[in-house]
Amino acid sequence: MRSAATLSRRTLTRLLGATLTACTLPGWGESKSAARTSILNVSYDATRELYEAVNPQFAARWLAQSGVQVAILQSHGGSGVQARAIIAGLAADVATLGSAYDVIQLAQQARLIPANWATRLPDNSAPYTSTVVFLVRRGNPKNIRDWDDLVRPGVQVITPNPKSSSGARVNYLAAWAWAQRRPGGSEATAKRYMQQLYQHVPVLDSGARGSTDTFAERGIGDVLIAWESEALLARKKLGLDRVEIVAPSLSMLAEPPVTVVDQNVDRHGTRAVAQAYLEFLYTPVCQQIIAQNFFRPRDPAVQQQFQALFPAVKLVTIDQAFGGWERAQHVHFEDGGVFDQIYGQ
Amino acid sequence: MIDRIAQLPGLGRPQLPPLPMIRRQQIPEELGRATLLGVALLYLLVLVALPLVIVFVQAFAGGVRSYLAALLDPYALAAMRLTLLTAAIVVPMNLTFGIAAAWAIAKFEFRGKNMLITLIDVPFAVSPVISGLIYVLMFGAQGWLGPWLNEHNIRIIFAVPGIVLATTFVTFPFVARELIPLMQTQGNEEEETALSLGAGGWQTFWLVTLPKIRWGLLYGVLLCNARAMGEFGAVSVVSGHIRGQTNTLPLHIEIMHSDYNYVGAFATASILAMLALVTLVAKALLERRQPELRARAARQAV
Amino acid sequence: MAEAVQTWPTRVGGAASPRGPWTPAEGATRSERQFRVLPGFGLTLGYTLFYVSLIVLLPLSTAFVRSAELGPMQFWHVVTAPRVLASLRLSFGASLLAALINAVFGFIIAWALARSRFPGRRIFDAMIDLPFALPTAVAGIALTALYAPNGWIGELLAPLGIHVAFTPLGVVVALAFVSLPFIVRTLQPVLGDLDLEVELAAQSLGASRLQTLLWVVLPTIWPALLTGVALGFSRAVGEYGSVIFIAGNIPKVSEIAPLMIMTKLEQYQYGQATAIAVVMLLASFGLMFGINGLQLWAQARTRGRRG
Repeated sequence: MRSAATLSRRTLTRLLGATLTACTLPGWGESKSAARTSILNVSYDATRELYEAVNPQFAARWLAQSGVQVAILQSHGGSGVQARAIIAGLAADVATLGSAYDVIQLAQQARLIPANWATRLPDNSAPYTSTVVFLVRRGNPKNIRDWDDLVRPGVQVITPNPKSSSGARVNYLAAWAWAQRRPGGSEATAKRYMQQLYQHVPVLDSGARGSTDTFAERGIGDVLIAWESEALLARKKLGLDRVEIVAPSLSMLAEPPVTVVDQNVDRHGTRAVAQAYLEFLYTPVCQQIIAQNFFRPRDPAVQQQFQALFPAVKLVTIDQAFGGWERAQHVHFEDGGVFDQIYGQ
Repeated sequence: MIDRIAQLPGLGRPQLPPLPMIRRQQIPEELGRATLLGVALLYLLVLVALPLVIVFVQAFAGGVRSYLAALLDPYALAAMRLTLLTAAIVVPMNLTFGIAAAWAIAKFEFRGKNMLITLIDVPFAVSPVISGLIYVLMFGAQGWLGPWLNEHNIRIIFAVPGIVLATTFVTFPFVARELIPLMQTQGNEEEETALSLGAGGWQTFWLVTLPKIRWGLLYGVLLCNARAMGEFGAVSVVSGHIRGQTNTLPLHIEIMHSDYNYVGAFATASILAMLALVTLVAKALLERRQPELRARAARQAV
Repeated sequence: MAEAVQTWPTRVGGAASPRGPWTPAEGATRSERQFRVLPGFGLTLGYTLFYVSLIVLLPLSTAFVRSAELGPMQFWHVVTAPRVLASLRLSFGASLLAALINAVFGFIIAWALARSRFPGRRIFDAMIDLPFALPTAVAGIALTALYAPNGWIGELLAPLGIHVAFTPLGVVVALAFVSLPFIVRTLQPVLGDLDLEVELAAQSLGASRLQTLLWVVLPTIWPALLTGVALGFSRAVGEYGSVIFIAGNIPKVSEIAPLMIMTKLEQYQYGQATAIAVVMLLASFGLMFGINGLQLWAQARTRGRRG
């Protein structure tokens, strides 16, 4: 009995302690004082480092401008997962996702933003871009130069599943665009090429970071199809000497869009700061940070400055090649679409 | 007498009384036994022990300093706090439920009891992905209660309450599963005697029943706690992944891992692995402390 | 034991009374009255039903309702699509295989732990619970690190042409990991309690060890073994965290059913996702009923034999 009594007392103390810590958790007892505010930026996997660098800069600027201290909370995950979370009620003030398709869903599935969201900021509301490149092992032992090298016998390709990863959809569309545009190319040859390409894929991870891990840490595959931003980041984090980046002859312009989530900012009373946050992304200062974090800047002067890091590549856009994200999604990735046909459905 | 003790890891390890190992028979038999033992241990080592070893090897791959740095990272600390908080809410909730359910099921007869037992078990077999999804369908902005919650500014999913609910679901059966068979084997006689001597209902429970079941109760709590702190799939769906706010330890591990911070990921994982080890040691100690319980459990098992 | 013996309800979930299907019938049976000496029935059962409804039934019903939006034809179409069928086949097949492998090794482990004394025995015994206590994501990362072609074990197997990580075999390994404790822990008490004398008697009558095993030991532990396999199986079927890292996720080859649910969600097809979820949920219900039935059967058997 005695020991049971001490035990319950100890449990009680622990409970109390935990409750106290709970109260000190940020956001649990959100302070309502006017001089402090917070916004939530719901973003995707690849921008973690970027916004970690951007946020303090913006907070300092906003404090100087308005006298209000702003805390920017970050949430990262797969782009589609994040869009779904916002639709299901994750209280994002701004959404900075991986593909326009996911942002379109915010308007279509839940009317959280107006249909004309993309026109509210410059450059299709995408303050930074990227392209699709190949990451190969040091010395490029399989001599991979372009898309057709990926389907040579004995070459193993790593890329995530386009059905579960927004980033991988761009990879897929880039390959398709190249296959359709090469001499003698047509929709039929493109489809045949894609069929061949995915036969060379031994692992279809559910997300881009999973694929990088499979390629770099598990040592599987000869080439990883990745966004340039991800390839450069992986090269930095995993050691410069282990991998090399190869740019194909034709690639896709990836435009990760940003938007204020209107319904949420109006509720929270944070429209001004959220708007300013996104506009800050287009300023030269922030464009520098963007380039340093391996996304291609929009600002021509900054582009010039980082020329060496981002070589010129012939690019097409989703709008040019596929008539927009929604059509691309419908034709290629919906159930029974081209991707399913590739896997023989 | 339904015996569900045997169903879960945790209760009723039959630490046998010393066996009569009298038969020093032929060598081949000894050899056969040794081979069998070797196979068993090898399987355990490869399947279970190696993953544990590799967690610690990777955690310390960057030296002790980067190990500690990974653990003292503010986001890691916030995740630890949230994990502790979740467990501190979930375990007492499921504990209370477990006692109530065991009391009703073990001490009384009623129709549909079998159905009720099965229902209590169901969360055990539900995929974590589904366990998270159903709470989104229920409390999400487009779910059943979403609009109402929104109107009243109550946040359930993508906040602590959602994480608590999903964890409660996943750890739902553990305490009840330990207590039901235990209380069934113990019967009602002592309680009935206490009552006939004039004790009240609560008094009877505190002074008669609780001391009898406290070790089983602790087993259940240990299991429930371990699972609560380690749940990944269900919590991942309802968390919202807000750094420093709604990331639990398992989610933090995934983030570190996808951030190419392998030392950080495995260092955080080692905390949870150590928790697992502490759970196991605590369990072994409890078993040593309560030999009668063990013996009884073993006897009841067949 | 006798005082707790129950007359099990003849019909599960019998006629719903006005207060709900699981409240006791209005006219109390004899056994009910007999137990009514103890207080707290209304309180504890009421609370239990409330809590079960709130935490389990109500949330689970959302999946059924949401999938019902599809209509029966489309529901059938969704769950019989080749890719979905393949993933269900993999999830159920690999789980069954993992459970069967564990039935063999779990039996050997339980046997060894019950019948042998060797140094470190307690440690090995404790280790069995590790897969239960270790978070699944950690298990997934660790297993992948081990079985990838450049991992400790993968390195040894690769020259033999055996690839575990990123193949269906990897799925089986991960599922064997998570389901092991349930099988060993179900067998242990039964094996421990097995009368050594009966075995010795059988052997003194000239039975070989194999014969003893087949004709004396196995019939006794059969129900427990079956229960353990069923439990391990049901735990494995829904497993996600540890599998997702080690499976190759190739459509129709190494894509598990929970991943299909995630993929459907990714395309904002909640109805379809819940349809697959409902199929898996029904399987879970069925399994749990089966397991409880198995145990009743086992008890009836032992009671019959002893009584």
